[in-house]
Amino acid sequence: MSENKMNIQPTDFTFDKESEKQIALVLAKYPKARKASAVIPLLYIVQDQMKRLTKSAWIPKIAMSVIAKRLEIAPIRVFEIATFYTMFNLEPIGQYHLQVCGTTPCWLRGSDDIVAACKKATGIKEYGETSKDGLFTLSEVECLGACANAPILQVDRDYYEDMDGQKTIELIEALKRGEKLTPGSAINRKSSEPVSQKQSLPENLRTK
Amino acid sequence: MLDVKDRIYVNLHGHDDWKLAGARKRGDWDNTKAILKLGREKIVKEIIDSGLRGRGGAGFSTGLKWSFMPKEEGPLPHYLVINGDESEPGTCKDREVLRHEPHKIVEGALLASFAIGAHVAYIYIRGEYYNEAKRLQIAIDEAYDARLIGKNACGSGWDFDFYIHQGAGAYICGEETAQLESLEGKKGQPRLKPPFPAGKGLYGCPTTINNVESISVTPTIMRKSAVWFSSIGRKNNTGPKLMAISGHIQTPCVFEEALGLPLKEIIERHGGGVRGGWDNLLAVIPGGTSMPMLNKEVCETVIMDFDGMRDAGSGLGTAGIVVMDQSTDLIQAIARISQFYKHESCGQCTPCREGSNWVLKVMQRMTEGRAEIEEIDMLMDVTKHIETTTICAMGMSVAWPVQALIRNFRPMMEQRIMDYKKTHGGVIQVQVPAAAPVLG
Amino acid sequence: MVKVIVDGIPVDVPNGSSVLQACEKAGKEIPRFCYHEKLSVAGNCRMCMVEVVGSRKPLVSSCTQPVMNGIEIRTDSEMVRAARRSTIELLLINHPLDCPICDQGGECDLQDQTLGYGRDCSRFRDKKRAVTDKYLGPLVRTVMTRCIQCTRCVRFMNEIAGTAELGGIYRGTNLEITPYLEQAIYSELSGNLIDVCPVGALTAKPTAFRFRSWELKNTDSIDVVDALGTNITLQVRGSEVLRILPRRNDDVNEFWLSDKGRFSLDGLKRRRLDRPWIRQNGKLVESNWDDALQFVVDKLKSSKKERIGAIAGNLCDVESMFALKNLINKLGSDNLDCRQDSAYYDTSYRGHYVFNSTLNGIDEADALLIIGSFPRQESPVLNARIRKRWLSLTEQFPIAFIGEFLDNLTYKVDNLGDDPTLIHDLLQNKLLFNETLNNAKKPMIILGHGALIRNDAKIIFEKTLALAQKIGAISDDWNGFNILHHAASRVGGLDIEFYPKNKSLDTISMLEKGNIDLLWLLDADEIDLTQLSADCFVIYQGHHGDRSAERADIILPGATYTEKSGTYVNTEGRIQRSFRAVFPPGDAKEDWQIISLIAQSMNIELPYTNIYELRGCLAKTYPVFKSMGVDKNKMCSSIKNSEKNIKKQPLRSIISDYFLTNSISRASLTMQECSKARHANLTTKAAE
Ligand SMILES: Cc1cc2nc3c(=O)[nH]c(=O)nc-3n(C[C@H](O)[C@H](O)[C@H](O)COP(=O)(O)O)c2cc1C
Ligand code: SF4
Ligand code: FES
Repeated sequence: MSENKMNIQPTDFTFDKESEKQIALVLAKYPKARKASAVIPLLYIVQDQMKRLTKSAWIPKIAMSVIAKRLEIAPIRVFEIATFYTMFNLEPIGQYHLQVCGTTPCWLRGSDDIVAACKKATGIKEYGETSKDGLFTLSEVECLGACANAPILQVDRDYYEDMDGQKTIELIEALKRGEKLTPGSAINRKSSEPVSQKQSLPENLRTK
Repeated sequence: MLDVKDRIYVNLHGHDDWKLAGARKRGDWDNTKAILKLGREKIVKEIIDSGLRGRGGAGFSTGLKWSFMPKEEGPLPHYLVINGDESEPGTCKDREVLRHEPHKIVEGALLASFAIGAHVAYIYIRGEYYNEAKRLQIAIDEAYDARLIGKNACGSGWDFDFYIHQGAGAYICGEETAQLESLEGKKGQPRLKPPFPAGKGLYGCPTTINNVESISVTPTIMRKSAVWFSSIGRKNNTGPKLMAISGHIQTPCVFEEALGLPLKEIIERHGGGVRGGWDNLLAVIPGGTSMPMLNKEVCETVIMDFDGMRDAGSGLGTAGIVVMDQSTDLIQAIARISQFYKHESCGQCTPCREGSNWVLKVMQRMTEGRAEIEEIDMLMDVTKHIETTTICAMGMSVAWPVQALIRNFRPMMEQRIMDYKKTHGGVIQVQVPAAAPVLG
Repeated sequence: MVKVIVDGIPVDVPNGSSVLQACEKAGKEIPRFCYHEKLSVAGNCRMCMVEVVGSRKPLVSSCTQPVMNGIEIRTDSEMVRAARRSTIELLLINHPLDCPICDQGGECDLQDQTLGYGRDCSRFRDKKRAVTDKYLGPLVRTVMTRCIQCTRCVRFMNEIAGTAELGGIYRGTNLEITPYLEQAIYSELSGNLIDVCPVGALTAKPTAFRFRSWELKNTDSIDVVDALGTNITLQVRGSEVLRILPRRNDDVNEFWLSDKGRFSLDGLKRRRLDRPWIRQNGKLVESNWDDALQFVVDKLKSSKKERIGAIAGNLCDVESMFALKNLINKLGSDNLDCRQDSAYYDTSYRGHYVFNSTLNGIDEADALLIIGSFPRQESPVLNARIRKRWLSLTEQFPIAFIGEFLDNLTYKVDNLGDDPTLIHDLLQNKLLFNETLNNAKKPMIILGHGALIRNDAKIIFEKTLALAQKIGAISDDWNGFNILHHAASRVGGLDIEFYPKNKSLDTISMLEKGNIDLLWLLDADEIDLTQLSADCFVIYQGHHGDRSAERADIILPGATYTEKSGTYVNTEGRIQRSFRAVFPPGDAKEDWQIISLIAQSMNIELPYTNIYELRGCLAKTYPVFKSMGVDKNKMCSSIKNSEKNIKKQPLRSIISDYFLTNSISRASLTMQECSKARHANLTTKAAE
C-alpha cells in the first residue's frame, strides 16, 4: 500500500446490525472449533458493509484486526487471506467495479474491444484506476467461468455476457444515469444455449 | 450422438423451472429414500460399475474414490466437499448446473455423502459465481423445508447438512487440497500428498472431493442404472458429459454430449462449425487451457473422450473446448494463457512461483519476436522442469500449453524472431548460453 | 523399521521417516532450503528432489516423501542433478547478485548450494523482481528482495516462538513475507529468525556490515542471561566477541537462543571495569593491583571475622564462587549467600531446588501446573519447549497457571489467578484442574521465584512439594517437581553451599544496617545497598560499572563469562563448561585468580594454584561436579507439610523488564533499544 493511500484508512471498524445477522448465519456453518473457516465470508461481509455505508466496496486494515479477534486467529492470517484472494479490495474503489475478463477465451472473442469501450466511456487510462467522478474502477480479471458467453464484463457481482464495444458503452452510460441494465446475455439468449437452438425444451422432456 | 432421452441435464439452459417443483417434474428427488435404502455399498458399487470418471479434470473413477473412505465412521466425522470452483479457462459447465439444475447437486450431495458416511457436505463455489450460489442456496433451503435434507433426510434415518462456502478469486482453490485449505480459512495452497484427503482431509478428517458434475449425475445413474450409463460412450469413457465450446466458432455454447464422438463432429454440430469454415481452423484446446492444444491435422480425427485425447498427447480435462482460427496470433494466445497461470500460481513452491513468471516473460517477448531462437529450446527445458517438480498439478498447466505450442508451431515462433531481427537490424539481444541437457 | 536402498547402500530407518532422513542415514548430503529439523515440513523449495527408481513419478521431494519398504533411491542420477540445477536457477532469477555486500555471504545456503549444484550461468534475461524491506524491530534487519519464500521464518514464528506475527501475503511471484504491523516483532526468540533464514533476507541488525563470517573464530560457551544454560558459540575477531550463536544441543536448547543471550553482546564492551578503583575522600579513583590488593588485605585483616560477608550475583561461574567461599571460610566467616533475591530453598535434597523433569522430560509430560513463574520471560527457550509439547498432536497437554499473568504465554493456559492460596484448594482436591492432575500419568509442577522470594516461601514450597507427591508427580521413573531458576549461577551456588549455615548471615541480614563491616560483592548488582551502614566497607568484584560499583569502596575488575573458562549448572542441575573466547580488558582478571591472589597476599593457603586443581578440589568437595551433564535420579523426599497457611497476597512476577536483567544487558545499547521498542509495542497493542 502506498504512503498516501494509508491515511485513508479509518481508525476503527464495527460490524453493523445487518452484518451481525449475516455473521451469525455464517458461523453456524462450521464446527465451533473451526470458526477460522469463516475468514473469507467475514471479509465479504466487511466489504459489503463498506459498500452499503460508503458506496465503495473495500476492506480497511483495521477491519482485519476485528475479524481476527472475532475468529480468534492472528491478524496476520487475515491479512494473508485478504491479499491472497483477488476479490478483496484493500483500497477504496469506485461505486461500480468494472471487471473485464482478459483471458484467452474472452480475448479470442474481443475482450480488447470491451476494455477500449470501458476506457472511452469512463475516461480511465489504465487498469486499477478509478474514474474522476468516482463512479468506476476498471480491473482486468482472469477467466470468469462463462467462456461460452464470451466476452464478459462483470459489474460488481453481475455478469454481462456476449458483449461488444457498443453495448459496453451503453451499459456504462446507463450506470452513469443511475440505471441498471439486466445482467445476462446481451444478444438475447437465455443462457449458454447455441443461438440457433429453439428457445424452449421439447415437450416430452418436461416430465420424467 | 447423445439421444435426447438420455440427457441428464434436461434443464441445462434454464428454459424450465429450476426450483423444487420443476426439478420434481423432471424426476429429481423421486423416491430418493429407496436409493438410500440400498445401503452404502450398493450405491458405491453401482457408481463404480457405471464407469463414471471424475468430471473435474483428472478423470479418476468416482465410485472407486468413494470406496477409499473408511468403511466405518471412527471418532472423526467424514466430509464430502463438492468442487464448484470452476476456474479453468474455457470451462463453464458447472455454472449451468448450479443455476439451472441446482436440485441435482443437492440430491447428489445427499447420495454421495451417504455413500461415504458423511453427515455434512460443503460445496466450494468460486466467489465470482455469486448469483449462481444464491440460486443453489434457495434450492438447499427448499430441500430443507421439504425434509429432503436435514435431520432424517428423505425419511431415510440419515442426517445430512449441506452448506455453501464461497471462494474469493483464486483458481488454485480448484485443486482439491488447496480447496480444503481455503475452506479451513487459510490461503489456498495445495497440501503435500500423502496424506491423501480420504485419510486426512477437511479439518484432518476423512474427506472425499468431487466435481459438481460428478456429484450431480449420480442420482440419475442410481435411477437409470449403471448399465444404462455405461452403455453410452466408449469402454472406459462412459456416459454423457457436459462440454463447453468457445472461441472462433459460430455458436459458442454449453451442451451435453456422449463421450467418444470425434472432436470434429462436436465442433460442427454444437459449435456450428469453425468461423470461416473448417479449413480456417488453426488449433483447438480440447479440455480447458491447461490441456495441450491440437493442430488442425489431429483435430480431423481425434476422439473427444479421456482416452482419445490422451492418445493424441492431450487430455479431456474439463471438456472446455477453445477453437482458434487462422486469424489468431497463436503465440499471443498462449502467452495470455501463461499470464493466467502466472497470475494464479499460489506462490508456495519454487518451480511454479518463479517458473510461471519466467515463462510469461519469455512468452511475451516471443509474441513480439524479441527473443533468441535458442530460447525456444530453453522454454522447453524450463517447462519440463516445472512440470516434474511442483507440489501440485498446476506445474503441468504452466508447462503444457507452451510445450504444445513449441511442438506444433515451432516454425511460426522462429519466423517471428527472424522477422523481429530483420526489422530491428538483426541485433543479437543478449548472449544466451546453450541449453542444459533436457530433463528426463 | 523399514529397509531402504540409497545409492546402493542399504539402510534401516524407522517407519514414518522421510526419504531425506533415510538419505542422511546413508551418509548422503541432500541439499535443501525449506526443510528444518525442528520446524514442520513445508516441502516448498523443491531443492531436495531425489529419484525413486521405478516409480511412475520418479522425482520426489525427499523431505515430504515417507519411506516405503524396499524402495530404491538415487541421490545423484542425472535426473536428480538436472532437477537441482533447475531449482537453483529458478531461485536465482529473482535473487539479487549482491553477495559481496550481503552479511550472509560465506554462510549462505543459496550461495553454497549454487556452487555445489547450480549451473555456471543464468539463462534469465528479464528484469528481476524487487521487494520492499520490512521493519521487524531493532534486532532483525530485512532485505526482502533476497527472500526465497521458503517460509522457515513464518513457521518459526508460528510454531516455536508462538507469536504468529509473520506471514506471506499476496501470491505467486508476488508472495512477500511481512509482519502484520510495521513494528518490532514481539518475541524473546526473534534472533533465531536470522539463523533459520537460509539466505540474507533476515540478518542481524546490531552487527550489520561489521564482519564476514569467515573472519570469526569459534569458542564453545554457555549463555548466562538466564538459568537454562543455553549452549552457545562465541565468535571472535581479534579481541572482540562479534557474534553469539546458539550451539545445537537437543537436550537443552535444541537450535535456539534467547534474544537477550544473543544480542547483549555490545554490553560486553561498554561500561567495563578495566582497572582497580579505590575510594578516596568519597571519590573513586583509578588504581593498580598492587595498591588494591594491599588495601583489601589490610581491610580484611582489620575486620572482625564474623562481620565479614559475601554475596554472589547471578552471572557467577562455580569456580569463582567456590574460591570466594573457601577464602571467606578460611577467614572464619560463613556469611555467604548466592541468593541476591533471598529466595527460599530446601537444600536437604538436590531434587528440591532443580528442574527435575529435565527439558526433554517436558516432551513426555501430560499435565502442567505453573506456580509463581512466567517462563516466557524467565526462560524463553524453556518456554518454547513447553509450547512444543503443547502443540504436539499426539496427546493433550492441559496447563494451569497461578501467578501474575503478564501476557500471552504462547500456549493456552487455564489461568487460575494470582492467589497462591489456590494451592490449598488444590491440596484439598477442590479445583477442576485437580481432576486433570490426578488423571495425568506424568504431571509436572513448575514452581518459580515469584513464589520463592516471598516471606511465606517455605510454606508454599512445602505445600507444593506435598501437592506434587499427592498427585503422583514423583515416582520411580518420573519426577515432575520442578524449580525454575532465572539466575545462571544459582544452582551452582546452592550445589557448593554458598549460603549461610547455622547462625550466619544471609543476604537480607547482611544488607541490614550495622550487621556487617565488610561486604564482598561478587558480580552482585541486583541488590539494594541503601540500607547498608555508611561505614561498611564494600568490595565490588565484577566486570561492569553497574549498580553496586557506585557504592563500592574498592573495585576489583573481573571477567565476563566470555573472558574465562567456567562451570555453570543450569536449572535442571546440568553441569556444563564454557571456554574463554577473549581476554578480559585492560587489567581485569579472571575472578577465581583475583580471589586466589588475595589469599596469597594474606598467606592463606587455598589448595589449588590453577583452574584444574581448583576443579579437582571442587569435585572432591562436591561430588556432583565429578562429571559434566545432568544426573537423572535426583531425589525428592517427603518433608512434613507445613501446618501454617499461605498468605492470601497476590503472586508477582520477578522480571519487570525482560531485556534489562543483568549488568551486561543493562550496558547493551541494543537491549536498551529493545526495551524501548517493547514498551512502544505494548502501548499500541493496548490501544488496539
Ligand atoms: C490447478 C488445478 C485446478 C483445478 N481446478 C478444478 C476446478 O476448478 N474444478 C474441479 O472440479 N476440479 C478442479 N481440479 C481438479 C481437482 O483437483 C480434483 O481432481 C477434482 O475436483 C476431483 O473431482 P472429480 O474426481 O469429480 O473430477 C483442479 C486441479 C488442479 C491441479
Ligand atoms: S505448483 Fe504452483 S500452485 Fe501448485 S503448490 Fe506449487 S506454487 Fe502452488
Ligand atoms: S527441503 Fe524438501 S522441498 Fe524444500
